[in-house]
Amino acid sequence: MANKYLHIPRLRRVYVWELPVRIYHWLNALAIVVLIITGFYISNPVALLSSKDASQQYIMGWFRYIHFAAAYIFFFNFLFRLYWGFVGNKYANWKQFIPTSKRFFHEIWAVFKIDILMLKKNGKEQEHLSIGHNAMAGIIYFMTFLAFLVQCLTGFGLYARMSSWWLPKLFAWVPVLLGGDILTRKIHHWSMWYFIIFTVIHVYLVFYHDYVEGRGETSSMVGGWKFIEEDVFEKNLHQTPNPEKTEVEEITKH
Amino acid sequence: MKNDNALVSQPTYYEEVQRKGYSRRDFVKFVSMMTAFIGLEQSAIGQVAKALETKQRMPVIWLHFQECTCCSESFLRSSHPIVADILLDKISLDYSETLMAASGTQAEDVLKNTMAKYKGQYLLCIEGSVPMGADGVYCMIGGKTSFQILQEVSEGAAAIIAWGSCASNGCVQSAKPNPTGATPIHKLIKGKPIIKVPGCPPIGEVMAGVIVHYLTFGRIPELDRLGRPKAFYNKRVHDTCYRRPFYDAGLFVETFDDENAKKGYCLYKVGCKGPSTYNACAVTKWNGGTSFPIQSGHPCIGCSEENFWDNGRLYDRASSFSGFGIEANADDLGKVALGVTAAGLAVHAIATNFGKSKLIHDHETEGKESEQELDS
Repeated sequence: MANKYLHIPRLRRVYVWELPVRIYHWLNALAIVVLIITGFYISNPVALLSSKDASQQYIMGWFRYIHFAAAYIFFFNFLFRLYWGFVGNKYANWKQFIPTSKRFFHEIWAVFKIDILMLKKNGKEQEHLSIGHNAMAGIIYFMTFLAFLVQCLTGFGLYARMSSWWLPKLFAWVPVLLGGDILTRKIHHWSMWYFIIFTVIHVYLVFYHDYVEGRGETSSMVGGWKFIEEDVFEKNLHQTPNPEKTEVEEITKH
Repeated sequence: MKNDNALVSQPTYYEEVQRKGYSRRDFVKFVSMMTAFIGLEQSAIGQVAKALETKQRMPVIWLHFQECTCCSESFLRSSHPIVADILLDKISLDYSETLMAASGTQAEDVLKNTMAKYKGQYLLCIEGSVPMGADGVYCMIGGKTSFQILQEVSEGAAAIIAWGSCASNGCVQSAKPNPTGATPIHKLIKGKPIIKVPGCPPIGEVMAGVIVHYLTFGRIPELDRLGRPKAFYNKRVHDTCYRRPFYDAGLFVETFDDENAKKGYCLYKVGCKGPSTYNACAVTKWNGGTSFPIQSGHPCIGCSEENFWDNGRLYDRASSFSGFGIEANADDLGKVALGVTAAGLAVHAIATNFGKSKLIHDHETEGKESEQELDS
């Protein structure tokens, strides 16, 4: 009976996203959604049909309050993720995001050919096998981290003059460097669009990978598991950006 | 030239006040007002009064470069007459193209004399930006470019006050494409204390306050990181605005002629730059405390902020995006980018079903086989 299904590959279960990474991911997603919605309101509040006096309502006040609260969550969550980039497992390591080898760029090119141009090799459809991030995703996440940084700098920079706490005050130099709050606010607003477009592409690609590869891409950020074919796993054929030196030769040979 | 003598005998400010016919009471009122404006507590009134009673007048040179003289006008209209009479008209100004009687060679001699006699002591006030384009020919006085004059006069100055947005950040003449190369003072002069008093114009009382502070304490007032006196530029117009409760409540003027405008709601949505502008307008107000733009129903245009002419439209909060036409703003571009992204993804999704059809099919077959095995 078992022999009949030998051509079906057995899947190995790999614990890719540790619990702190998963918590970080969803907290971050929630914070970003809240920040975008409240941010849009703050930049262009909807007309309020109300005959109440100003003293009886606090709509803009609440939107701002939630925006600032979400900003603190976003900021500390971001700091935590940076820390986890040094102590977490290898899929969470900073080397997954910042190219430290030539192979990183080769892999980006490979991903581009396979997943975007959908080129075939010898008439055969190809798969790019990575367990954590592929190199293309890695470098885009790195750009996203830079966008996080821009938002933290400009956001807390604008907030600094309203705050009496030392932490936001640390960012008071940002509007000074940019020559005032007006430009700072603009940059803060423009950068938000990166997050919106990133989110759309990010969610699409999660579905794409799950659809084409069937390795549990979507659920991995809930349970932490991804699955990889036994033979790929044993022959070490999967790709990972910036691998240890021993892996390099084998993969490049392949 | 015999005006040397006039420069040597220096009456104190109080003596000048008396000679001008003001009573002691007027003088004390003036002192109290100034003390309050420069942000000092009541106990400092005596200190300010004493300084004005005992200190000899400070020589002031007031230069005009690329500007409209609105700063001088604003200063002359300070609410208290002593400001104009004493600080400006009667005592302080040794050289000011706008206000002095002398002209031509006479005027230039006064300038030279003051510079020589009070080297390292005089206060240099500058109104206007310095055109650096085309070797500075856009603004020349007595055959010298503004930059040459600035270099010569600033050499012996104790401190420099950059009046208005022109001198502090370039103002309208430095707006893109800045044809004359208009440059603010702090980018040209290094190694001298420079007080920026931005605004187009700055509030007259603020200008007087800065000078009185310098007279009283003999040093420049405490400045913020952008070089502006903290006493006047520490708060956003927004945070001191009497319409702020409407902002917090979410009640906004939608158009200038709507019911909300009549009710005096917040002007945020018709382009008010108050939330990004640091100035004392909502506190000190204008024309002797009569009003300020927002009080008369007009949004703040952010005139004391750097680059305010190029910072988007005056009656719109949405920031225009240069290089994409006049009407394009960040959100318009964002929506276009989002549309392009969505279209790209749709194309990719369709292409996936063709380009990866075998892979997808194989996985499906595998899965179905496993499903059947479970049934058997």
